[in-house]
Amino acid sequence: MADLRSDFIGIKSPNPFWLASAPPTDKEYNVRRAFEAGWGGVVWKTLGEAGPPIVNVNGPRYGVVYGADRRVLGINNIELITDRPLEVNLREIKAVKRDYPDRAMVVSIMVPCEESAWKAILPLVEETGADGIELNFGCPHGMSERGMGAAVGQVPEYIEMVARWCKQSTRMPVIVKLTPNITDIRYPARAAMAGGADAVSLINTVSSITSVNLDTMSPEPSIDGKGSHGGFCGPAVKPIALNMVADIARDAETRRLPISGIGGVTTWRDAAEFMVLGAGNVQVCTAVMTYGFKIVQEMMSGMSQWMDEKGYENTADFVGRAVPNVTDWQYLNLNYVAKAKIDQDACIKCGRCYAACEDTSHQAIAMKEGRVFEVIDAECVACNLCVDVCPVEDCITMERMPDGAVDPRTGKVVTSDYANWTTHPNNPAAQAAE
Amino acid sequence: MPNPMTPGIVPGRLPPSQIAENFGDLHTPYAPHEAAVAADRCYFCYDAPCITACPTSIDIPLFIRQIQTGTPEAAARTILEQNILGGMCARVCPTETLCEEACVREAAEGKPVEIGRLQRYATDVLMAEGDHPFERAAPTGKAVAVVGAGPAGLACAHRLAMKGHAVTLFEAKARPGGLNEFGIAAYKATDGFASREVDWLLGIGGITVETGKMLGDGLTLEGLKSDFDAVFLGVGLGGVNALRADGEDKAGVENAVAFIADLRQAEDLAALPVGRNVVVIGGGMTAVDAAVQSKLLGADSVTIAYRRSRDRMGASRYEQDLAASHGVRLLFNAMPVAVHGNGSVSEIELEYTAEEDGALKGTGERFRLAADQVFKAIGQVLTTDGGLALEGGKIAVTGAGQTSVAGVWAGGDCASGGDDLTVTAVAEGRDAAEDIHRVLMG
Repeated sequence: MADLRSDFIGIKSPNPFWLASAPPTDKEYNVRRAFEAGWGGVVWKTLGEAGPPIVNVNGPRYGVVYGADRRVLGINNIELITDRPLEVNLREIKAVKRDYPDRAMVVSIMVPCEESAWKAILPLVEETGADGIELNFGCPHGMSERGMGAAVGQVPEYIEMVARWCKQSTRMPVIVKLTPNITDIRYPARAAMAGGADAVSLINTVSSITSVNLDTMSPEPSIDGKGSHGGFCGPAVKPIALNMVADIARDAETRRLPISGIGGVTTWRDAAEFMVLGAGNVQVCTAVMTYGFKIVQEMMSGMSQWMDEKGYENTADFVGRAVPNVTDWQYLNLNYVAKAKIDQDACIKCGRCYAACEDTSHQAIAMKEGRVFEVIDAECVACNLCVDVCPVEDCITMERMPDGAVDPRTGKVVTSDYANWTTHPNNPAAQAAE
Repeated sequence: MPNPMTPGIVPGRLPPSQIAENFGDLHTPYAPHEAAVAADRCYFCYDAPCITACPTSIDIPLFIRQIQTGTPEAAARTILEQNILGGMCARVCPTETLCEEACVREAAEGKPVEIGRLQRYATDVLMAEGDHPFERAAPTGKAVAVVGAGPAGLACAHRLAMKGHAVTLFEAKARPGGLNEFGIAAYKATDGFASREVDWLLGIGGITVETGKMLGDGLTLEGLKSDFDAVFLGVGLGGVNALRADGEDKAGVENAVAFIADLRQAEDLAALPVGRNVVVIGGGMTAVDAAVQSKLLGADSVTIAYRRSRDRMGASRYEQDLAASHGVRLLFNAMPVAVHGNGSVSEIELEYTAEEDGALKGTGERFRLAADQVFKAIGQVLTTDGGLALEGGKIAVTGAGQTSVAGVWAGGDCASGGDDLTVTAVAEGRDAAEDIHRVLMG
């Protein structure tokens, strides 16, 4: 039986599924319900400094991108950090942690970029018994205009500086939450590491405008006819997040830096994908905002079943397992030759593969009498578009050509020897293979 | 108070509220979200098989995508450009044997995209907005006579009017619409849809309707030919085949089409009489329409007796199941041989049949069914041919409805070729109009 228990930078939780710092973790009532539902931990919604709390808009704060049947693919928000008094949050954090000692309680913090501000709040958080802190350097809207959130996260020197202040001032482990609104995620990750951070978490939301109302000409969500950019999250951002997680996991400098994976995690499978790319655990927000806390039951059962099937006893057995297979394009095997193959018994004759290939790719599918679609091997470059657009799973597959076969497209004999772009004759910078 | 068990042919077997409920819409219309969900299921096939399966060749994937993207009005235009009676066809087409049978999702999972309901959604939205979506071309100075205001005639008249010709649409009955108005089960076209659709269609302008005029009774082909630049005949099939069973002249033996027409025109369905034991002879859509509606009016027992086997039945499996779900008994390989009763029918005698080398023969085994009402639904026949050449009992046509006489076109049920379906009639009327236009303007 799979053991889902998680130890992330010394913070223990019964499973690797945490709730991200966001509306679901803004107060005691929600967090208690989350823990009752089975969540392994939470990152409490970002606290600001003492004094009058920030205010939120009083109109809509979320926008959405839908798939079929109004399925939520992504949500954008313009909500700021907690708008409740600091002392109320601290009191509630303490009470919840006392009642759920086995769950991870991490507190997200965002105060002005001054050492005194950080030194002032850290002891207060520490006093709650929280297990760790997460520095919110990611929020892309509202707070960034005030020099906080993504405004810090976009400057590696600031990240390093604040991380160092925190590490010097508290016993609690420090997680730096990174913004994806940068050009290369490795720089802020390296900065966090240089500042002594125990881990990074990513991604925060992507700057976004989800839609525009074509009647009022206002971006959504619209506040009195105007909208501002928000932060986009949910299943739509998962590919972006996976890539950034993998970038950090395989960077020579940051490869040992623990990662908490965030970005569109909706099912156990999403969580497993983040973890095999190097995340020690995952944080979830949009999925619970869409479906409620109960989804954690599926995440636990799904991951357990998969672990049992694969023979993984605990999560550490598979964390980072896919990282060695993430490489740069130049190292991909150019001698790997595949051709699309259509299973005529499974084919329902919709012709989407034909339209995609004929109109937008390599004219490598023939449409024959009776709507029979066949791959023309002499044209097929194995681009995979037909597989991607086919509505029938496994109807079209990419079949590797065997060693010694002749590729009818190039006339060349297929070899099982590995060869990549770095040694390819067409590469002006190619180095002769040794 | 009569009830289903009351002997004889009597009205009011069910409470009026029950009858009203029984004759409600067969398929509830989609709400906008339902339509969006249904539209999302379309795969937008390349050279889609549903288009090929549609007699009017509606670009179905395109109109579904237009629904999906929130423009049902544009979807309706896509439909109506090919089929001006797209609203009615959405209700009465046997989609299960046309577009939806061809849908790749039928092959994939036995559950096609609900094309008919989506078509109804789009056309309902557009028609509710009231405006006629097409404009007439400048007048051509040509006049065309269209005889018969059924689906073929209406489609032909509309297309001709759109091209700028002046159309006179002659109709024998007091109201236009043809089988849409008189010959289709009420639950398929509720709330006076047929007449609303005709009014909306006439919104194109340039069409003058003259009712009470029929070929052979006030109109002659020669007269029409001399008064108009072209003539289109969409006169349908006015006659009904005989049972050829002893005693078929007894009271209570009626034509199914007449029963359906009475039902469609009835002000008050509760006042429409129906038998306690009804037997419908035939195997097509008309048989099913008559049988189901008899049941909905409160008949206690309704049987469809078809002389051939189930797989030869003209009514689709869907229609057969619809009948069965209403409690209609389907009897196959049984042909009527005699109608019994003292003045009025009380029993019908049938003989089992077997098909040998394509020929149908009685087995000699006979049985009787109690029947106080027998509906004949065994096919209709052409009654006015205007002296034109015939083929298989219908007006012979070649190409886009050209008859043996120059300047005279024909389409719909009265013309040879094609299934006797509303949608086929629309296609034939439309195509004949295009051909007439080509000849007149050539």
